[in-house]
Amino acid sequence: MPDQFSKFLGSIRDSVRDLLPIVAVIAFFQLAVLQQPIPDLGNMLVGVFLVVLGLTFFIRGLEISLFPLGESMAYAFARKGSLFWLLLFAFALGFGTTAAEPALIAVADEAAEVAAQGGMILDEPVQRARYALGLRLTVALAVGLAIAIGVIRILKGWPIHYFIIAGYLLVVLMTTVAPREIIGIAYDSGGVTTSTVTVPLVAALGIGLASSIHGRNPMVDGFGLIAFASLTPIIFVMVYGMIL
Amino acid sequence: MELLGRILDTLPGILRDVVPIVVILTGFQIGVLRRPIPHLKQILIGFVYVLLGLTLFLIGLESALFPLGKIMARQLTDPVFIYGTLDRVPDVFHWGDYIWVYLFAGAIGFATTIAEPALIAVAIKAEKVSGGAIGVRGLRVAVALGVAAGIALGAYRIVTGTPLHYYIIAGYVVVIVQTAFAPRLIVALAYDSGGVTTSTVTVPLVAALGLGLAGTVPGRSPLLDGFGLIAFASLFPIITVMGYAQLGEWLTRRRRERREATD
Repeated sequence: MPDQFSKFLGSIRDSVRDLLPIVAVIAFFQLAVLQQPIPDLGNMLVGVFLVVLGLTFFIRGLEISLFPLGESMAYAFARKGSLFWLLLFAFALGFGTTAAEPALIAVADEAAEVAAQGGMILDEPVQRARYALGLRLTVALAVGLAIAIGVIRILKGWPIHYFIIAGYLLVVLMTTVAPREIIGIAYDSGGVTTSTVTVPLVAALGIGLASSIHGRNPMVDGFGLIAFASLTPIIFVMVYGMIL
Repeated sequence: MELLGRILDTLPGILRDVVPIVVILTGFQIGVLRRPIPHLKQILIGFVYVLLGLTLFLIGLESALFPLGKIMARQLTDPVFIYGTLDRVPDVFHWGDYIWVYLFAGAIGFATTIAEPALIAVAIKAEKVSGGAIGVRGLRVAVALGVAAGIALGAYRIVTGTPLHYYIIAGYVVVIVQTAFAPRLIVALAYDSGGVTTSTVTVPLVAALGLGLAGTVPGRSPLLDGFGLIAFASLFPIITVMGYAQLGEWLTRRRRERREATD
C-alpha cells in the first residue's frame, strides 16, 4: 500500500506540473498586463485543486481501463479474423462517440446560426435545429468512415501520407467551390470531433491492431486513426454546405 | 454542498460522452467477440476513475479558470484597453495594436495544450511504443508550441481579415514537404497530434478568444471571422512534431559525426 500511495503522490505532482503554465499565464496577464487583482482567489484555488485531482484520476483510469480494454479488443478482433465485424466495430466507435460529443453539439448550433444569418436556411428554430442535427450526423458519419478506412490501412500496411495528402488536395479543391460561410466551420469541425475519452480508446485500438498483425510496426502503422478522424469531417461538412 | 450540485450539473454532459462508448464496447464484446472482458473489475474501477476524473477536471476549469480566461480574452480585445480611452480609437487601425492579444493567444494556447488530457494519453502511448525514443514531455512541448504558433497566427488573421484558406493551404504545403523529409516513424504520430490538441481545455478558451476578437475588431463579424482558430490549432502541431523529430535526428547525426571525427 505505501508503494501505491507514493505512486499516487507522484501523479499528483505531475498533474500540478501540467497545470502550472495555465495558472502562470492567467496570473501574468491579469496582474502585469491588465493590472487588475485576481477576483475571488479562494474560489480559484479550489478550482485548481479540483483540476489537479481530476487529471490524476483520469490518467490512472486511462492506464488501468481504457488502454488495456482498447488493446484487448483489438487483439480479440485480430484473432477472430472477421473483417466485417472489425470494420463495423470501427465505424460504430467513430460514429457513436462523435454524434454525442458535446463540443460538436456546440459548434453545430453556432454553425446553424451562421447559416441562418447567411440566408442559407430560413431563420427559424425548427430549421436551425434540423440544420444542426444534419451537420452533427454528417460529422459523425465522416468520423465513422474515417476510423473504418484507417483500420483497413493498418491491416494492409499502406503508408499514411498518401491518404493525408490526397485528403488535403480534396480539401483544397472543395474550398474553391464550397460556400464561403461553411469554410471556417468545416475546418474547425475537424478539430472538435475527437473527445478526451475517444482518443485513448482509438489510439489503443490502432496500436493493438498493428502489434497483433505480423509485419506491422505499431509506431509506423498504429498511429493515424485520429488524423483520419480529423480530416474527413472537413470534406464532409463542405459537401453538406454545398448540397444545402 | 455547492460542489455536489456542480457535480450533478456536469455529470450528464460527460455521461453523454461516455455512455455510447460503453454501449458499443459491451455490445461488441458480448454480441460479437462472445468472451468475458478480462480483468472486468479493474476495468470498471478504471471507468469510474475516468468519469470522476473528467468531472472534477471540468468543474475545476469551469469554476476557476474558464471564467477568468474568458473575461481576459474580452478585456484584451477591448478597444479601451488597446487605445487607452475610447476617444483615441483611430479610424484605421494597425495590426500591431493588438500585440498583447497575439501574445495572450500564444501563451494560453501553449498552456492549455500542456494540460490537455487527450494529448497526455497519446504521449504516454507514443513513449511506450517507441521504446522511449519519443518522450512524453518532448512530444507535448512540441505540440504545445505548434498550438501556440497556430493560435497566435489565427488571432492575427482575424485582426487582418485575410481569408482562412490561404493560411490552411500554405500549412498543408509545409506539411507535405516535411513529410517527404521527416523520419518515417514520426509521420503518423505527427498527423495524429493535430487532432488531439483541441478538446476539453483548449476549445472553450480559444473559442471565447476568437469570438471576442471578431466582435471587437472593426469590420469583422463574429459569425464569419470567429471560426478558424481551432483549425489553426490542429494544423500547426503537425509541423512542429515533425520538426521535433527532424531536429532530434539531426542532433544525433551531428553528435555521431563529431565522435567519429575525434576518434
